[in-house]
Amino acid sequence: MSSPSTPTVTAPRKQAGRNGVQRPGDRLFSGAARGSGLLILVILAGVAIFLITEAWPAITAPADAIPGGEGLAAYVAPLVFGTVLAATIALVVATPLAIAIALFITHYAPKRMAQGLGYLVDLLAAVPSIIYGLWGFQVVAPASVPVARWLEENLGFIPLFAGPTSSTGRTMLVAGVVLAIMILPIISAVCREVFIQTPRLNQEAALALGATRWEMIRMTVLPFGRSGIISAAMLGLGRALGETMAVAIVLSVSGGITLNLIGSGNPSTIAANIALQFPESSGIAVNTLIASGLVLFVITLAVNMSARWIVKRANRSGDGR
Amino acid sequence: MAKRIDVKDLNIYYGDFLAVEDISMTIEPRSVTALIGPSGCGKSTFLRSLNRMHEVVPGGRVEGSVAVDGQDLYDRGVDPVDVRRQIGMVFQRPNPFPTMSIYDNVVAGVRLSGTRMKRSELDDVVERSLQGANLWNEVKDRLTKPGAGLSGGQQQRLCIARAIAVEPQVLLMDEPCSALDPISTLAIEDLIANLKQEYTIVIVTHNMQQAARVSDFTGFFNIAGTGKPGKLIEMDDTAKIFSTPSVKATEDYISGRFG
Ligand SMILES: Nc1ncnc2c1ncn2[C@@H]1O[C@H](COP(=O)(O)OP(=O)(O)O)[C@@H](O)[C@H]1O
Ligand SMILES: [Mg+2]
Repeated sequence: MSSPSTPTVTAPRKQAGRNGVQRPGDRLFSGAARGSGLLILVILAGVAIFLITEAWPAITAPADAIPGGEGLAAYVAPLVFGTVLAATIALVVATPLAIAIALFITHYAPKRMAQGLGYLVDLLAAVPSIIYGLWGFQVVAPASVPVARWLEENLGFIPLFAGPTSSTGRTMLVAGVVLAIMILPIISAVCREVFIQTPRLNQEAALALGATRWEMIRMTVLPFGRSGIISAAMLGLGRALGETMAVAIVLSVSGGITLNLIGSGNPSTIAANIALQFPESSGIAVNTLIASGLVLFVITLAVNMSARWIVKRANRSGDGR
Repeated sequence: MAKRIDVKDLNIYYGDFLAVEDISMTIEPRSVTALIGPSGCGKSTFLRSLNRMHEVVPGGRVEGSVAVDGQDLYDRGVDPVDVRRQIGMVFQRPNPFPTMSIYDNVVAGVRLSGTRMKRSELDDVVERSLQGANLWNEVKDRLTKPGAGLSGGQQQRLCIARAIAVEPQVLLMDEPCSALDPISTLAIEDLIANLKQEYTIVIVTHNMQQAARVSDFTGFFNIAGTGKPGKLIEMDDTAKIFSTPSVKATEDYISGRFG
């Protein structure tokens, strides 16, 4: 979040040093770029300062003053776990699906159909998250119960599906799947833009060697789009981590850390927990919620930064684009 | 390995647009056939129809037949993927796979063919193909480096190595030197002279001297006007085309009196 401002700030300075003179337009632009870069930094710092000062009373409070009575760490840990778990499920479900949709649109569907499909996927992104929440609660959750039963019976030896199955279906699995559908459009839209940029020349090179369409995609489109796919997935992950309303509505919360995805005792997520608890909280409870928000802020920053790092590495290893 | 190509009454379309009309010609094995003519007259289109690459463009289709040693490429039941494995292609702009090393670029087609090969066999293919493309000495110490790091001329020879690594019967080249400097161009022309011992080669070129230097046969394509289909005006021994062509338009084009 903070790094994109750095190049804009430094690049014009270097140029000015080399050429000596700067045209008024250049100066205006570099000033504006520098200004907006600084503004982003200031906003970011402001948010961080707010979070830290408001969280401070909870961080320093004695353990029994925190809701739950076992201290801040014990309060936040299941929330962090729930947040990461839900977002991970969403990512694992959504990424392959999004790549498949993007490939279908760019490389398989006839032109007119591809356009329609593209619009449709974009429309999914425009649906408010509260609608997804209601839909998840009303439709997906009940529908998931038989599936969860089947999972428990046949794959129950995997801790993820240990059961006992929740009878309402308002489980971590369903929350993750609803989140996956919510982040699907953004991931597939970015992938689509990336795949469509694959140089035609390279695709023809593969086809002329006798590659089938799928082989051509594996040889050119996917390697070419690798860093784009990673960026897209991270964008989706960021959204899944912070998503509030859908999870708050879908997930039935009454438990601590568990890997069981289909049971009725699920940890909440940070964002959903804040939304649900905030209206009824006062005093140190508010500070505790803000402290959990601080943790979410740090997680999101970490995800963004590691995404940048991964993309940079992916770009460096082995291609001269 | 090298095979004869018989083209008969070939019309080539992009959707409803007839781009090339009524081509009949015979392309001899172990020889170089050059295709010349003004731009837009359908040389690339015709060349791409020889390995069904023009079908990659939506709406691309043909009428007529292209027979390689008697087998029509456009017969029902012939898979274009198989055709392209037999008939290799080198493009106007060098197009090595940017994410692959030099080594992987060369064996890309071999890996596609599905035959499992030991590492040592692959190594042999790489060395033989790069030798064949006159590139081995320049890259043998950096086979694991990206192919995109080579110069334009080297990249084009890498593409030729990639095409001959699968031992095709025919090699199609679409203006392979037009993006290269004169030295690299000469290197590729030498290479073509060597390759014709083993392959049937068809080369499209804008450069008349090049056609005269490298080819045994030359076909002249022309177009009556924009929107009209391209046609084969005449085809003969290269020496004959460049000294005593039988059609006036060919003579005009070759002597630069082309309007
Ligand atoms: N992908 C395509 N889609 C539609 N028309 C095309 C395409 N490629 C070429 N054409 C048309 O086919 C004709 C022949 O083009 P081309 O084969 O590229 O000529 P040349 O290689 O001799 O310059 C031109 O009229 C051109 O506009
Ligand atoms: Mg052309």
